[in-house]
Amino acid sequence: MSYQSVEEAYARCRKDGIEFWKAIQLEDMDENGITEEDSWRRMKGMWQAMLDGIAAYEPDEMSASGLVGKEGGLMEAYQKKGDTLCGDFMAKVMTNALKMGCNNACMKRIVAAPTAGACGVLPAVLVTYYQEYQVPEEKMIEAMYVAAGIGQIIANRAYLAGASGGCQAEIGSGSGMAAAAICYVRGGALEQLGDACAMALKNLMGLVCDPVGGLVEVPCVKRNVGGAVNALAAADMALAGIVSQIPVDQTIDAMKEVGDKMDVSLRETGYGGVANTPVAAEVVKRLGLTL
Amino acid sequence: MGSIFDILGPVMVGPSSSHTAGAVRIGQIARQLFGVQPQKATVYLHGSFAATGKGHGTDKALIAGLLGMKPDDMRIPHSFEIAKEQGMDFVIENKDLKGAHPNTARIVMDAEGKKTMTIQAYSIGGGRIRVSSLDGIDVNFSGESNTLIVRNVDQPGRIGEVSAALSKENVNIATMTVFRDKRGGFAVMVVETDQVVSEEVIHTLESKEGILKVIFLKANGA
Repeated sequence: MSYQSVEEAYARCRKDGIEFWKAIQLEDMDENGITEEDSWRRMKGMWQAMLDGIAAYEPDEMSASGLVGKEGGLMEAYQKKGDTLCGDFMAKVMTNALKMGCNNACMKRIVAAPTAGACGVLPAVLVTYYQEYQVPEEKMIEAMYVAAGIGQIIANRAYLAGASGGCQAEIGSGSGMAAAAICYVRGGALEQLGDACAMALKNLMGLVCDPVGGLVEVPCVKRNVGGAVNALAAADMALAGIVSQIPVDQTIDAMKEVGDKMDVSLRETGYGGVANTPVAAEVVKRLGLTL
Repeated sequence: MGSIFDILGPVMVGPSSSHTAGAVRIGQIARQLFGVQPQKATVYLHGSFAATGKGHGTDKALIAGLLGMKPDDMRIPHSFEIAKEQGMDFVIENKDLKGAHPNTARIVMDAEGKKTMTIQAYSIGGGRIRVSSLDGIDVNFSGESNTLIVRNVDQPGRIGEVSAALSKENVNIATMTVFRDKRGGFAVMVVETDQVVSEEVIHTLESKEGILKVIFLKANGA
């Protein structure tokens, strides 16, 4: 059975003297009866699809609703001028998060990670890092296992769907997964992976799912930026030696409690939050949507 | 059971695993059940599929599935044009299907020399689906495993014949569920198997009295 807690995965690592990513891979191979080669090939396929996804972005393409599409291109042009507030690396992370979010809205190929709406967070962090720093590809694929393992534990203890727990479950979980993954790439210690994840989750706790017109466009595309930037900040805090006072498993449980208390209008129904604003109502009317 | 590739993945065309990837799967499984590409398809969208389907490309995704595309096919956004090129007529309408799951589609398929088939299925998220009705008989299966579907007259002995034919071929039954419209009426057996069921077994079963139709779906539309 897959790990029910991060602590349980840590225990396996300590017992067998293996890295976190390996503990995730071995458990999944065992659970699903697949070989190591098969597992690695599939994960490499997911990684390649993320690389291809970012490369396939086209700035002139708009979603069917016309609400999103050009944001990736705008951010890239701004980054290239070299005068951003956040610095070059972070601006590239933001660009890639927007590119993937726009791709998703424009019906292009993406990797749900953990969901389609949150598909930009993980590639924005991992692919940008891979392209900016000279890291072996193997390391990045190992990081994908770290992300997947964290996501699976969140799914086991709480949920990953906006309809169940709000956006904290989608972008929030994606951010927690990415924080642990990049912390691993940077050589973080075992416990720092969980700390990075916990801090990322806490920063986005309570985030509601309020898509305008029920479409995975506004505010979803830009929230991928929030999730990616937050993941890097959380990883940096963990690598600095800052610990999460609330352990990661308890943080995931807290996220579930918050999600359970969240009103249904704030869980992907398109009735609350920014979906319940005058401009959103105009969009719904213009597009002839019947919510 | 759970896989880390349910967390990272699927690779799919956006924007929604439930409203886009799941809709492709519904179209795909409908086509497989029908046996050929329909010449005419009428698609009814219910609930959230009706409300937000257009914005999620649910309509294009369902047609793409009927054309045999998979959820990561880059041609999904152009499925309407491709259907036209391939001579598949289709109509898409919103319809309140009483009591159905919010992400439900009903598809009526026709082709020359084939009996009309109606299937109803719903999308449960993550690109996964369940078929809920086959020609008016309530059923419940996902198509994620190898699945043998037998339509028969509701009379004694039919289930035994199916299990005997499978065991003779060393095909292990993982799960088996039977459904019927009324006592002595029409029935559907849904048998999930560990192995692939051969054409030969399908023909043998179809030749038996009281068995009307046998369909085999390979796991996950493979």
